[in-house]
Amino acid sequence: MGEMTEAITSAAPSKARRAAPIGPGRLLSWTLFIFGVLYFALPLIGMFEFSLRKRRGAYSFDAYTSVLGDPQFQATFSYSLIMSVVTIALGLLLVLPAALWVRIRLPAMRPVVEFITLLPLVIPVIVIAFGYLRMFNTSSFLPMTGTVMTTNLLLAFGYSTLALPYMYRAIDNGLRTLDVQTLTEAAQSLGAGWFTILFRIMLPNVFTAVLSGAFLTFSIVLGEYVFAALLDRPAFGPYMIWIGGNKAYEPAALAVIAFAITWGCMGLIQLAGRLAPHTRAAR
Amino acid sequence: MPAMRSASVSRIAANWVGVIPFLAFAAVFLLLPTLNIVVGAFRDSSGAYTLDTLAKLFEPRLANSFWLSIRVSFFSAALGALLGFLIAAAVVHGGLPAWVRAPLVTFSGVAANFAGVPLAFAFIATLGRIGFVTVILKEWFGLNLYGMGFNLISFWGLIFVYLYFQMSLMILIIMPSIEGLKREWREAAESLGASGLQYWRMVALPVLFPSLLGTFALLFANSFGAIATAQALTGSSQSLITIQLFAQIRGDVLQDPNLGYAIAFGMIVITAVANAIYIVLRQRAEKWVK
Repeated sequence: MGEMTEAITSAAPSKARRAAPIGPGRLLSWTLFIFGVLYFALPLIGMFEFSLRKRRGAYSFDAYTSVLGDPQFQATFSYSLIMSVVTIALGLLLVLPAALWVRIRLPAMRPVVEFITLLPLVIPVIVIAFGYLRMFNTSSFLPMTGTVMTTNLLLAFGYSTLALPYMYRAIDNGLRTLDVQTLTEAAQSLGAGWFTILFRIMLPNVFTAVLSGAFLTFSIVLGEYVFAALLDRPAFGPYMIWIGGNKAYEPAALAVIAFAITWGCMGLIQLAGRLAPHTRAAR
Repeated sequence: MPAMRSASVSRIAANWVGVIPFLAFAAVFLLLPTLNIVVGAFRDSSGAYTLDTLAKLFEPRLANSFWLSIRVSFFSAALGALLGFLIAAAVVHGGLPAWVRAPLVTFSGVAANFAGVPLAFAFIATLGRIGFVTVILKEWFGLNLYGMGFNLISFWGLIFVYLYFQMSLMILIIMPSIEGLKREWREAAESLGASGLQYWRMVALPVLFPSLLGTFALLFANSFGAIATAQALTGSSQSLITIQLFAQIRGDVLQDPNLGYAIAFGMIVITAVANAIYIVLRQRAEKWVK
């Protein structure tokens, strides 16, 4: 966001430049822009209009009351909500120490850790889920799919791997703005243990950065389909697929709700990003 | 002596203790499951090592699915990259008011993450047989989309839907590169008498080329692994390789469990190549645009 405003302010004096357009011509530019706006906006308008059509002959919010009142919706939505909270906590517990150690103790490990965090973007989700079914089935050495509770845990682990790229980048960006070496040494000289350093010194300092990773993880987990479907857990993603095959107007209402949630998450990420420098300046 | 050894051991332990949980987790829940699949691809059902399982990927039914996935990914990535680039270039350099930039980037962030099942629903509600736009075109303009051969649940329909997250991801990634083009380069080109077109063809595009191609590779991988959008949009009428593998895992429809590993391995190879291209070109792009 900081880069954006900078780009805009730095663009302002360039108004004085000669009139000759250096990009595509002005008319072509507007055409492209309007095409983009139409392409992006029409499906949103379309899904909203469609979601209001449930009652014959008049617009109504019937599809929304039907969806929100569906016990299945409530159950799967809260299941995914809890899952995302567990995933975020797990991701934080794994990534924060690793990112800090790479900075202060093991800089040589940075390429390895970074490579690992990029892997979930390279390996298709369905392949990881497939691997889980093979490695953790009931006849394996770690039969996690044997009970409901351990399957839930396995799903949370799966989601945590999907969140790795985002959590790591967010936390590492946060740590970059700190003088972690000095903070660590200062804390140690005052007798702080590693737990204190990690969760009472580093965490509050990178909190806004963590938030942006957390909201992204939240929006990913909420809509995730493949893992939940293959591990056969009653999550929100498989529920949406089911509604899509069985109802007419409710899917559009669900899409509106999902879009609102995505928008909310991205808005909160930007808000977190904007808050970060201020809180630091105030200190 | 023992005291010294235990001191150095504890020192090594202190050096590694923060990274160990992460590495252990990644090993057990990311690397080993994937490795398991890869090894399975080189085995037959009795556990003996063989290349026969992989060879089965070239049988028409699977080869067709791979080819379909590759074509969908290729066209959605190419069109997404092209249109996303043009829109970003138009917004930055096309004389559009500067205030449209920030909302466009914010919106692209949302749209790039608005994928999966809800995206399919949004397009069905808009361009399905009784969708918003379909109905408007028919009632206001007398245009019968479906009478003209249009079908959302088709090869091009799927690509059209994928463009939603592909184009927005492109805008998101390429925008900083376009903004990073130095004004001096343009002024130098102009003072040498270059036209706008020449500037783009001989200066800007060559500089941007690694980012353009790299992002294309990223978009390709992005759509290659996707499944939920296609599943919600087309059911299984478009038998993408992800949909085939999904069916295979759920019901063992191919009567050969090892074939599933071979499919998964094939997918890893394709996305790995695409991502390797992205990473290499990204590094090259950063050399110019700083």
